[in-house]
Amino acid sequence: MELLSFGDTGWGDELFFATLMTIAVSIAAMAIGFIFALIFTPLKLSKNKTLNVIGNCYTTIIRGIPELLVIYLLFFGGTGAAMYVASIFGYDGYIEINAFITGSLAIGIISGAYSTEVFRGAILSIDKGQFEASKVLGIKKYIQFYKIILPQMLRLSIPNLSNVWQITLKDTSLISVTGLVEIMRQSYIAAGSTRDPLFFYSVAAVLYLMLTFLSMKLINKLEIKYSKGY
Amino acid sequence: MISIFPSLLSGAIITLQLLVSSMFFGLIIGLIFAILRINKNPIINKFAYGYSYFFRGTPLLVQLYLIYYGLANIEFLRNSFFWVIIKEPYWCAIIAFSLNTGAYTSEILRSAFQTIKKGYIEAAQSLGVTKKITFYRIQLPIAIKQSLPAYGNEIILMLKGTSLASVITIMDLMGEARKVNVLTFKPFEAFITAGIIYLFITFIIHNIIKYLEKKYGFQT
Repeated sequence: MELLSFGDTGWGDELFFATLMTIAVSIAAMAIGFIFALIFTPLKLSKNKTLNVIGNCYTTIIRGIPELLVIYLLFFGGTGAAMYVASIFGYDGYIEINAFITGSLAIGIISGAYSTEVFRGAILSIDKGQFEASKVLGIKKYIQFYKIILPQMLRLSIPNLSNVWQITLKDTSLISVTGLVEIMRQSYIAAGSTRDPLFFYSVAAVLYLMLTFLSMKLINKLEIKYSKGY
Repeated sequence: MISIFPSLLSGAIITLQLLVSSMFFGLIIGLIFAILRINKNPIINKFAYGYSYFFRGTPLLVQLYLIYYGLANIEFLRNSFFWVIIKEPYWCAIIAFSLNTGAYTSEILRSAFQTIKKGYIEAAQSLGVTKKITFYRIQLPIAIKQSLPAYGNEIILMLKGTSLASVITIMDLMGEARKVNVLTFKPFEAFITAGIIYLFITFIIHNIIKYLEKKYGFQT
């Protein structure tokens, strides 16, 4: 137990901050995923063939390749690409992109693909009559989207988004391979220096279980709150 | 790009081996735990629930590290017969993947068991069919048919999961791609080629499941 004490002798405070880092990366990734989903959902639902193909390519490819691959591609490829762009502007030094940014971008792209599918399903389940009614009333397309479709879509997608959140939370453990100090990386370091991997990886497992359990409770509350009146 | 293809393909074979063996053991584990989950005894029930909660609530990477680094820490395991198995990263990966996919499979099968119409079982009972035969001949086939689409997704998720084997030194497709990246400093070529191979495998699995669904799927 003293291994988990706070301060210089134990790993308690390190693991605590690592947990906060995991939460931060998950939230950032989820937010980035939302942006991706809001861009690609209309593409997937659009009647234009080309836009449709672009939207389908995004979700199919991202959901078909391993998460680790996306992370490596952004981590190794991103640095190269950034240095290439910088060399055009005459800067030849080494550029290292922050692990937090690459990590949350990579996980965000992945969770975006899942969120896109969720949003698409939610929009498809909205009654057709509402689209027709707003058209008849002469409401403009984007106002129709922001005021009528979006609020309903978000409410309908809460249960499925909670699954996406769980996946995202667990996927953040993969960022540890790039060196970002979150729960997994911290327990790897702790396990290495104390030679007690069994204990520290169990602690990591418990921390993840706690996070999933608490977020489940929170999302259930949200779900009840927003399904009032239905 | 062509020169890196053979090494990536040899990695893909390891990936497929990992996938097939962990899906095989995972299916057995999943079936056992699904049966335990629908058991009415609360202790057995809770135990099966705890198993699936743990393996679905923690990242696969944690489970892999726990088995690969963690189990080696237990003294009596190191001195026992099991050491032959758990000292090999390959077997550790298969154990971790099987337990993980077993948890998900048990949930898929459980929900399939629970959605079977009561009428089928009642009809079997009224015809005097024994419980054992009802289970093997009626409940099990229906449950398997019903869970085919969800199980197909699980296979694809597991295919993506096997890429984690590369972090415990197994040279699967991902591991080979990493090696190529380190040797040639061409991350895009290495990882995009690997990605195409992964997509290709996903595509094939998807189509096989679709075919099976069409052939044996549950028509309602």
